[in-house]
Amino acid sequence: VRMKSRIPVILLACGSFNPTTNMHLRLFELARDHLHQTGQYQVIEGIMSPVNDNYGKKGLVSARHRIAMAKLALETSDWIRVDPWESEQETWTETVKVLRHHYNESLRVLQSEEKFMKNKHPKEGSTGDSLSCQHAVLPELKLLCGADFLQTFKTPNLWKEEDIKEIVEKFGLVCVSRAGSDPSQYIKESELLTKFQHNIFLVKEWIQNEISATQIRSALCRGWSVKYLLPDSVISYIAHHNIYTEESERKNEGALLQPLKLHNTAINPLND
Amino acid sequence: DPARKTEVVLLACGSFNPITNMHLRLFELARDYLHETGKYKVIKGIISPVGDAYKKKGLISANHRVTMAKLATKNSDWVEVDDWESCQSEWLETLKVLRYHHQKLLSADVTNSLQDAVPLTKLGRKRKQEPNRHDPIKKKNQGPDVKSVPQVKLLCGSDMLESFGIPNLWKLEDITEIVEKHGLVCISRAGNNVQKFIYESDILWKHKNNIHLVEEWIPNDISSTKIRRALRRGQSIRYLVPEEVRAYIERRRLYSAESEARNAGAALAPLQGTAAAP
Repeated sequence: VRMKSRIPVILLACGSFNPTTNMHLRLFELARDHLHQTGQYQVIEGIMSPVNDNYGKKGLVSARHRIAMAKLALETSDWIRVDPWESEQETWTETVKVLRHHYNESLRVLQSEEKFMKNKHPKEGSTGDSLSCQHAVLPELKLLCGADFLQTFKTPNLWKEEDIKEIVEKFGLVCVSRAGSDPSQYIKESELLTKFQHNIFLVKEWIQNEISATQIRSALCRGWSVKYLLPDSVISYIAHHNIYTEESERKNEGALLQPLKLHNTAINPLND
Repeated sequence: DPARKTEVVLLACGSFNPITNMHLRLFELARDYLHETGKYKVIKGIISPVGDAYKKKGLISANHRVTMAKLATKNSDWVEVDDWESCQSEWLETLKVLRYHHQKLLSADVTNSLQDAVPLTKLGRKRKQEPNRHDPIKKKNQGPDVKSVPQVKLLCGSDMLESFGIPNLWKLEDITEIVEKHGLVCISRAGNNVQKFIYESDILWKHKNNIHLVEEWIPNDISSTKIRRALRRGQSIRYLVPEEVRAYIERRRLYSAESEARNAGAALAPLQGTAAAP
């Protein structure tokens, strides 16, 4: 399949990234390989979007640090970047809104590039060149996540039904899971997910490497080594700023996650 | 009281074909564990890649494997690579490598009486002279009453420990000397069979106090086999091996179906009975 006829894809990962670990970074690599191997897609960009401080998750350190650590982690990557938009909003933003924002941004970039191309000859080998050949094919933005993320769709009040629908229908999911777990069952158990399963890509990670950020933080507090689980630059940053401590781990203790707070006060819409 | 802690050097033998983040983690886990017992001070980690004469399937040239290990440990202040084993023209039993490094350690203890104490000659190749390559380890902060002799312990995963049970792969007297005179630090994951394996072996049971079992708190399965497989399939290995190692492999296209076919059909050196004479 020629590169030019592939659908361009942007992968967006939302999460705490508290801190960014090698596993987070692996998700992008696995997802890209998987989509490329279908022969139908060309992944043009990866975006990490750390959640807003207002999310209220226990142990969540300031977005300023989480963004800085993500940037350090991504220094060696030529296709993934961190975007602070979500963390800079006044308050916590639903995932679907983050998707919409980045999708609109990608369209805006595309439009301004097309305008540029109309006035000039495309340069040999520039990305503008391949994009202009594909301007009939709009990029797709897909949410990159782990299998546990799929499971959270079932948590009462954590998600609005219409948001889940928009995510899987309009955008799509790339869901990475480890060998031995079977996320397809979550799909089967949900009518909505089953309906849009063609837009849910299941990627299996055969090289087990589950680095839980929670365990990382706990190890740091105990003075255990986390070398080779996070990039060295992130480890240095954490040490230099003394980010993770017993105190930081107690932040938001006992508080409800923001989406749960909101749903507790919202009136449940009737099904359409 | 730091003067009364036993000093330990961790020695990892293996193919390192290629070295991965998992190999590097073994050192970190072992060191943390030994330090937490309060009885040990880990002063050094040594990666000793096996020689080409081992004849394992898919084993690429020791030159590359040593280089990659050095790239991987560039940013470590305590783990280093030793190429003595890989420079030997014939395969060496692990015990011999242990003895060599133990000897080096002891000779560092005796104030300045030597060059390398072990008169093993390397056959063949010229070496590049690097500073301090086979210098005895310099000891820091040696108190007047450091309690015991420094030890070299073999660092491994549960697969190596359990390989003691593979017929003809190890000599019983070697296993005995390893666990009796040196010791093992064995990293495995939760739910493993290592304790049962030790229980079922008289010799291991006898010296179980010298076998330290460390459970990894992050299950990590980044095996070299899987890395090579991913490379053959054009899949990314980023964040599974150090970035410099990944770049090195990519630039030189080290692993392929051809490289994987190397030594196919050959018997592993220990099983051939062609080990260097003691």
